[in-house]
Amino acid sequence: MSSAAFVVIAILTLAAALAAATLQKLMHAALSFALAFVGIAAFFFLLGAEFVGLVQVFVYIGAVAVLIVFTILLTRRDVEKDRGFNWSGVVVAIAVFGGLIWAILKTRSVSIAAPEIPALTVERIGQVLMTGYIWPLLCVGLLLTAALIGALILVMEEKR
Amino acid sequence: MMPTLSIFLVVSAALFSIGLLAALSRRHAIFILIGIEMMLAAANLNFIAFWRFSPQPQQPTGVMVAIFSIAIAAAEAAVGLALVIAVYRHYRTTNVDQLDQLKG
Amino acid sequence: MIGSLDQIFIRAKQLLLAPLGGAPDWVMQIASSLINIFALLGVFLTLFALISVLERKILGRMQNRYGPNRVGPFGLFQPVADGIKMLIKEDIVPTRADKIVHFLAPILIAATAVLALGVIPYGRNMTPFAIDSGILFFFAVGSTTELAVFMAGWGSNNKFSMLGAMRAIAQMISYELPLIITVLPVVMVVGALSPDRIVAAQGGYAFGFAPCWFVFTPWGAAAFILFFVSGLVESNRTPFDVPEGESEIVAGHMTEYSGFKYATFFMAEYIGMFAISGLGITLFLGGWHAPMRGLEFIPSYLWFFAKLSALLFVYIWLRGTLPRTRVDQIMNFAWKFMLPMAFTCVIAAAVWHYAGRGFAGWLWSLGVIAVVYFILSIFLETRKKFAPRTYRFAE
Repeated sequence: MSSAAFVVIAILTLAAALAAATLQKLMHAALSFALAFVGIAAFFFLLGAEFVGLVQVFVYIGAVAVLIVFTILLTRRDVEKDRGFNWSGVVVAIAVFGGLIWAILKTRSVSIAAPEIPALTVERIGQVLMTGYIWPLLCVGLLLTAALIGALILVMEEKR
Repeated sequence: MMPTLSIFLVVSAALFSIGLLAALSRRHAIFILIGIEMMLAAANLNFIAFWRFSPQPQQPTGVMVAIFSIAIAAAEAAVGLALVIAVYRHYRTTNVDQLDQLKG
Repeated sequence: MIGSLDQIFIRAKQLLLAPLGGAPDWVMQIASSLINIFALLGVFLTLFALISVLERKILGRMQNRYGPNRVGPFGLFQPVADGIKMLIKEDIVPTRADKIVHFLAPILIAATAVLALGVIPYGRNMTPFAIDSGILFFFAVGSTTELAVFMAGWGSNNKFSMLGAMRAIAQMISYELPLIITVLPVVMVVGALSPDRIVAAQGGYAFGFAPCWFVFTPWGAAAFILFFVSGLVESNRTPFDVPEGESEIVAGHMTEYSGFKYATFFMAEYIGMFAISGLGITLFLGGWHAPMRGLEFIPSYLWFFAKLSALLFVYIWLRGTLPRTRVDQIMNFAWKFMLPMAFTCVIAAAVWHYAGRGFAGWLWSLGVIAVVYFILSIFLETRKKFAPRTYRFAE
């Protein structure tokens, strides 16, 4: 049952990612990007990290995908397609994929089956965030504030 | 029954190389950013897969790194897209082949 | 006797699942989920039909006229007539519209609205999908609505649709922040993201008779009002229905949809209303708890639906009373007033908790909220700035 779900989600995610990387029409590619991230969130659910999956849906599909479609809208000049495709990128990507697959299949210690683990509750994540990871949390807060102010300044209309 | 760890790593490697494909072959600035986001997501998937199959799952290290990585990727996407809009306002194009003022 | 009436639906579901006794685990899970889903859809689609006619009758009464009263006893079969009309209308798709995106948009909006209904506890042990981070699931699914609205606006290949969709998304994103930050005090005080635990934390009675609902604390009352207003905006209801303002941009992102697809948008808006009201009841109004100890014999789901009906009546009342606000007024209100007040509620909840959750805590948190409200009302200069009226006549 779990492996059937895995196969379906894997096919969906990889197909949507490939569509996002190769489709010429801008909007269709952006919407397949959102679909690919739904697939990745489904992977997270399958692996037992529901909190991360929900944060992924929330942040990527609720925010980043909307940002991307808005930017596509604001930066088009009656051109609906992305012309020009650099084929040398395909060669590099296939080479990288081949290298990674070779490394994974060579390593014996990753061919292991899933151990039974206790479910990861939100309390545990909260505890760990507030005790062990408090410095990264504060730094990420600062980083997000800086990104917010920086993005606003970049996009503000200059006073003429 | 769940697949082995190597299958998850293969899927994550495939996603990473598709993201690399998007970042290298596309000529529109926004799609290069999409490729980068996909590469980050593939790395997150790797982290979560390793956490799940680890011998000490009560240490949610992989989950924590993935959460912070999602936050950082969102911040970087926001700033990157703001840059694309600012560049468009100046040069009226988003094709990265035409943004070569600093060349040579 | 009391317990059995309360749990009557749980017993019915167990009876339905009994023939599948020996089946493997995943079959039982799928069957149980399917029963939950069908029950949820049945109840809420019927409620949608009922509310659509009740809204027109209540609005009519507020405007000193009868609402629809021809089609059945007191006009209550009007949704049947409406449904038949929507089904037999011609489905017009613009020629140069993007067919796939145009088709998928109403489906996605309706799907996200119905998904959000799944994590709300409707009665004792009656949450359709009790997951550990239910509140986060609700907001994650709700934020997908924006993408679907954008797909509707862009897929129609119509400038008015695009403008309407942009305005709708701007409004929805701006009000998502107050919506989520007002939920934060509740989550902080209870210590869990699960709606079941939040309802259970509002269970007892203080001093023997007063219910412990969060709306009876100062931060809870302020957060509930902010949450309710943000819910109004998220479901695009008057006075914030700029996205579907008929006098401004025809029907905004729904302009090019006819027949059944328009009915789907309509349904998605109402089900979004039910979902937000349900969440408000769970977080602030005590969920399915009774308000007085003596009334606990009434089943829990009846209490939930009574509270839901009260909130929906307030929605309809506001629609009949207030005029539409301008887009810039909506944005100002969100960013300059609601966001600071939402942060104040978080701080007030922390003050209440650390001052002992008793009477002293009540007074201190009320003080924090009152001080910030006073400061905001001075700095936002909400006094009228009109010049004396001058008249110009034609010569």
